[in-house]
Amino acid sequence: MAGEARDLKTDTRPVKVKIENVVKKFDGRNGEMIALNGVSLDIHENEFITVVGPSGCGKSTLLNIIAGLLPATSGRVLCNGKEVTGVGTERGVVFQQYALFPWLTVQKNVEFALNMRGVKGKQAQEEAMQYLEMVDLAKFANHYPKELSGGMKQRVAIARAYAADPEVLLMDEPFGALDAQTRTQLQTELLETWEKKQKTCFFITHDVDEAIVLGQRCIIMSARPGRIKDIVDIDIPYPRDQETKLSPRFMELKNHIWGEVYKEYLEVRK
Amino acid sequence: MKAKKKSVVDRIPNWAWLLISLAVALLVWTALSFGEKTGRSFCHPWEIPGIFVTVAFERGILLSDIASSLLTVVAGYLIGFVIALPLAILMAWYRPVRYVVQPWIQFIRNIPPLAYVPLIVLMLGVGRQPQITVITISTTLIMSITIYQGVVNIDETLIKAARVLGAKDKDVFVRVIAPASLPFILTAARLGASTALTTLIAAESVGSGLGLGMRIRAFNSNYEPGPMLLYIIIIGIIGLIIEKLIKFVERKLTGWQEKREI
Ligand SMILES: Nc1ncnc2c1ncn2[C@@H]1O[C@H](COP(=O)(O)OP(=O)(O)OP(=O)(O)O)[C@@H](O)[C@H]1O
Ligand SMILES: [Mg+2]
Repeated sequence: MAGEARDLKTDTRPVKVKIENVVKKFDGRNGEMIALNGVSLDIHENEFITVVGPSGCGKSTLLNIIAGLLPATSGRVLCNGKEVTGVGTERGVVFQQYALFPWLTVQKNVEFALNMRGVKGKQAQEEAMQYLEMVDLAKFANHYPKELSGGMKQRVAIARAYAADPEVLLMDEPFGALDAQTRTQLQTELLETWEKKQKTCFFITHDVDEAIVLGQRCIIMSARPGRIKDIVDIDIPYPRDQETKLSPRFMELKNHIWGEVYKEYLEVRK
Repeated sequence: MKAKKKSVVDRIPNWAWLLISLAVALLVWTALSFGEKTGRSFCHPWEIPGIFVTVAFERGILLSDIASSLLTVVAGYLIGFVIALPLAILMAWYRPVRYVVQPWIQFIRNIPPLAYVPLIVLMLGVGRQPQITVITISTTLIMSITIYQGVVNIDETLIKAARVLGAKDKDVFVRVIAPASLPFILTAARLGASTALTTLIAAESVGSGLGLGMRIRAFNSNYEPGPMLLYIIIIGIIGLIIEKLIKFVERKLTGWQEKREI
């Protein structure tokens, strides 16, 4: 059964991000609301983690806590063994809404990231172009974000996140707003980029196919209150591409994960 | 194949529409000038050039009135802007300031300046100073509210994005908040300018020897409806020019924006 794919063998890579019993409560109108209820997870160096779960189960909340954009109510997150107390340049974020600076051209958006880590002037311009070539957008360097399609904007956002050169890349449904075709294209690009320039990735998605094709481990979260329900090892070798989605093992994993997520979805509906 | 037929409305260029609109206005004006009652307020349009020559050259009051009013408006407006900008930023950043100040801005903003002019005059006497003060008050109110609403509505994810890229407070302010606020600051500048002109007439309602608003009242007491109409038109033209200028600057500085209203 696909459930057996859950792997308990130890990953020998060092732990990059350690999430220790994180609890997050929000003060809502109807009293206290528990968004995360004791989440623990070790993310290893250069590991690609994908996260799925029903809407409202606390995926974004968890990502924001790892990013240092939101404090945990209790528990803690360690990055490189140091406790996270705020944002840090070793942790980059790609937002679903792109979050490009609309008053800057594509190239200047990428330069912003370089400037912030001390790369200035001509050097920054050249490096920015390299990152834009990486996402195939060098031709659009002088365009403003409003002149780009959604997929192009998200590629700029990814180039900008890479330009900040973080060790951990946190992505909150980065392809969620894109059409199916653009989405698969960006998945392939992200896979290629990740295989070339390994980074620790934490990638939230609603799309089970996406979670399997990209990730080494898939975290399934449950709702009310948010917890980790299951962790599935995606034991499909790299390099992966869209063909991977046709393999029997992919199907098995998909059945299993989709079933689990669907059960959670039904729970939430109740 | 027949080319797609453009409607008549589309085929007439914009400048021609402007001329048509002008012609219609002149027609309406002419009609009004022949009315028994409306004729008392509206002189015939063709009398205007003569009136212009009289007030501009023979009596020599037009230019000095315009200069005086512009001085008042520009001074009040600039002081208003200099107060409104930091006030708006304070309201956006410090909630105590917002909670204490904002209700009163909203309250006073809804009072026509004409109502509180006498109070200002009691304090400051007559002259240019109270006039500038009234314009400063009204423009500060409208501009601070407009800028404030822009600054608090800055997309939070942009600030987050800057922070995760390593931006410090100063970088966030200079490189995110400032450019993101610019469109609202320019909108505020435009609304402030039109408020300044509107307030001018109220501001000049007490003791001044010069100025467009003051002169209109003087013409009124001497029963000179023609020059009065000319002055009213001139105020309109000044307003139009200022608005066009600011819109031009807006287009130059904030062309990066997606479509926007107001
Ligand atoms: N700032 C906040 N204040 C109060 N409640 C919040 C806040 N942010 C999130 N929540 C609540 O916490 C829960 C988890 O939200 P979160 O955004 O993390 O969900 P999610 O898993 O990312 O959902 P989605 O898949 O729809 O993005 C939700 O019920 C939400 O209403
Ligand atoms: Mg979310």
